[in-house]
Amino acid sequence: MNDLYIRLLCAAGYLVLAPFIGGLLSGLDRKLTARMQGRQGPPLLQAFYDVAKLFKKQPVVVNSVQNLLIVGFLVFVAFTGCLFFFGGDLLLIFFALSLAVIFIFMSASSANSPYSSMGAQRELVQMLAYEPMILLTAVGFYLFTGSFAVSDIIRSSTPAIAAMPGVFLGFSFILIIKFQKSPFDLSTSHHAHQEMVKGLNTEHAGNILGLIEIAHWYETVFLLCVAGLFFITSDWYSWLIALAVVLLVYVIDVLVDNTFPRVKWQTMVVMSWAVTLVLGVLNLLILSLINH
Amino acid sequence: MFFLPLIAFLIGYPFVAALILYCMKRHGRARRYFIFFSSFVVIASVVLLGVQLLTGGDVSYLPETHVLDRVILCAEIILAGVIVYFGARHRRYDVIVLSVVQTGMIAWLELTGRTEMLSVVKPHILLDKFSFVMCVVAGVVGGLICIYAVGYMKEFHERHTEFQDRRPFFFAMLFVFLGAMFGLVLSTHLLWIYFFWEITSLVSFMLIGYNKREESVKNAFRSLWMNLLGGLGFAIAIVYGVCVLHISTLQDIVACADERVIIPIALLALAALIKSAQLPFSRWLLGAMVAPTPTSALLHSATMVKAGVYLLLRLSPVLGGNLAGTMVTTIGGFTFFAASLLAISQSDGKKVLAYSTISNLGLIVACAGVGLYEAAWAGMLLLLFHAVSKSLMFLSVGAVENQIGSRNIEDMHGLIVKLPELALVMILGIAGMFLAPFGMLISKWGALMAFVDADNLLLVVLVAFGSATTMFYWTKWLGKLVAVLHHSERLPNKTKGSEWFTLCSLAVLMVALCFGLPFISKYLVGPILLGMFGYTMPDIISGFNLNIMTVMLVIIILLPFAVRFLAFGKRDKLVGSYMGGANQGDDRYFVDSFGKRKAMYLSGWYMPEFFGEHILLKPVLAIAAAALILLLTIAIGGAV
Repeated sequence: MNDLYIRLLCAAGYLVLAPFIGGLLSGLDRKLTARMQGRQGPPLLQAFYDVAKLFKKQPVVVNSVQNLLIVGFLVFVAFTGCLFFFGGDLLLIFFALSLAVIFIFMSASSANSPYSSMGAQRELVQMLAYEPMILLTAVGFYLFTGSFAVSDIIRSSTPAIAAMPGVFLGFSFILIIKFQKSPFDLSTSHHAHQEMVKGLNTEHAGNILGLIEIAHWYETVFLLCVAGLFFITSDWYSWLIALAVVLLVYVIDVLVDNTFPRVKWQTMVVMSWAVTLVLGVLNLLILSLINH
Repeated sequence: MFFLPLIAFLIGYPFVAALILYCMKRHGRARRYFIFFSSFVVIASVVLLGVQLLTGGDVSYLPETHVLDRVILCAEIILAGVIVYFGARHRRYDVIVLSVVQTGMIAWLELTGRTEMLSVVKPHILLDKFSFVMCVVAGVVGGLICIYAVGYMKEFHERHTEFQDRRPFFFAMLFVFLGAMFGLVLSTHLLWIYFFWEITSLVSFMLIGYNKREESVKNAFRSLWMNLLGGLGFAIAIVYGVCVLHISTLQDIVACADERVIIPIALLALAALIKSAQLPFSRWLLGAMVAPTPTSALLHSATMVKAGVYLLLRLSPVLGGNLAGTMVTTIGGFTFFAASLLAISQSDGKKVLAYSTISNLGLIVACAGVGLYEAAWAGMLLLLFHAVSKSLMFLSVGAVENQIGSRNIEDMHGLIVKLPELALVMILGIAGMFLAPFGMLISKWGALMAFVDADNLLLVVLVAFGSATTMFYWTKWLGKLVAVLHHSERLPNKTKGSEWFTLCSLAVLMVALCFGLPFISKYLVGPILLGMFGYTMPDIISGFNLNIMTVMLVIIILLPFAVRFLAFGKRDKLVGSYMGGANQGDDRYFVDSFGKRKAMYLSGWYMPEFFGEHILLKPVLAIAAAALILLLTIAIGGAV
């Protein structure tokens, strides 16, 4: 019973705190990006100011279905993270995340607008690129710990990274796609150099766009925690290592974002599938051989 | 015990109904009501069978069937005669040879009395929970498809006056199909299964060729020769089993300890792979879409292809850890991935559905081939869920085609405004095919876990990539349906009452299956697997996870109400979509570079230069054929 309360507390803690952490990370991203470009950059809390402003604007939509679909997106992203912090099943967690992405895809498609529809199709291609690696990551944890449940994985005596560095690298690679960072910010981007306006988010404005931003904060925190899961063991200090690595991953992603130009979707699919096959599958092969 | 009369009725009634329907040449109320009545009779008898089965236990019947065996032999020779007739008329001698050879083998076996010596104490009919599940699939889903066909065929012939109206024949064939399917799943004697197996091959040939066009005839013959090739494998398996191993029933094969049993198993698996349209034999199912939609729905969801996976699942306990099993899993896993890859480039709704069927069956086949309890669990649930969602998809595509005159996915752009009810049914069907928290995904999840436990990394990788490609083509379709065009009118919904009845029943059935999954798993699939594998396993998907799935389902159902209740979006200002300032009033036209008004057209991505049939199909067929020949040779050669 005690265990259940702790797990519920974790999920509730994520629900409340994740937007703040995510917003701060977003602010950090902008600050770092500015410094890399030799600019002063906005204040650390700029992301919060932006979203607050979005909620004050007059809501503008192209159809009334969008509200429903975007709320669905936010709810299921938050649900995904809560399930993760509750210690749920990794596969189910990733399935829930896919469901969430399909909500925002449907909203962009429903707009019947050239830019937003193009962005939506590109979002689909992104899913095609990263989905195999995500599933294989869950399989990797199962092969290593014998359980898909996050609550069991964090009790492992050795960190997962020791057995599956390849899977970790592969997962970090597809994080670039999930964080919408260049070179893989195909469907929509935070940068101004977008050939199709705001892509997926062209027809999302005002409070809806605010909700999408919040959902992305939730998503960022959740995905980084999955990366952290590779380092967590039953020892307390592993959590500190995980935190440090996760921050490092985020900073590297920001660096990559500022270093590489956007690629075509073909390149993205080929690259991520190659990474999945070479790093992910090879690692799993070795892991299952060791298990024998 | 009154099982036997009920079983006899279940198998016999559809044939009688077919005969009556064939004689009812006049279109009109009498025939319509007779089809409704017969479908309900079939569904009711399946339900009755279920009630009796759950109160009693498994039963087997008819050890001594000399007279019936002779009747069946005569019927088989008649079947061969029909095939010879059609083969001669269309100068397809390959079909004649295949049919004559296998029927000759079976006739020789029976007339020399070799089977009689064996089958003295062997049952011919076996009713267990697995046969019952298959009866539900064939009877309930198949019965609903027959009801749908009444309204659909009327519209079909109103729209296509160029085709000869052969409806009495069509409806008769639908019911023959159901009867054959019942016979197939309720028989346990291989000769009887073979007989019903051949009926389904012949009937699907007849149904595919319904339109009598050059293309229909060509595709019908492709289906026939491929399935006859499978039938030949089946016949050789029987002859080998009877003459060398002295076994004659499906139960014998599973229980046989002789090492050489792998030969009939591999041959039966080959027949099943062909019937389930696995690569490299998938083209017969793709060609089958030239027939009217109820045929496709019947072939894809309730009958035909399900017969193949049924046989494989029956053989599942003996497929684990041998070369026949390796052949089945490799072909199945590869088909799952390759067919979903091919589906990406297709914009014809029925073709996407056909590839999706092939792909999903590949997963079931792979599950059966692994030969583990949990894999078979996933396979059986996949079979059940696939039957319901796929028939729902086919029938709604058919209904849409009758309304808008096209089944192209691109033409379904904005269907949510034009035909909201049909679009919602279709969205439900698509969600049921691949999305959490619906049934198919749960079974796919179970399959993935089983493959991991079976240490079959190749299958795990194929499923991981195949899931991504599956998601791509379904979601793309979903996006087309929900597009909201400004100023578009709702079309008058002319869908017939009988079609609506079927669509709604299937939709309700699908949601009920999602909620009822824990019970189906516990009271139906669990006992079946206990009987097959001799051991039981705790819940494959834990109760906790199932509860989470239920929570997700409830969230999705509550979402629209919650959004409305919170008055979210009440102050919204509705605007046209952004076109870089070149809009012409609404989101349908824009100003082009010559200053002219131009209609906008938004397309999904099909990427034919990467995933097109002309690029992928040949290598895929070659790889599958090479793998099949290699593995089959090794499996059989190793045991001889």
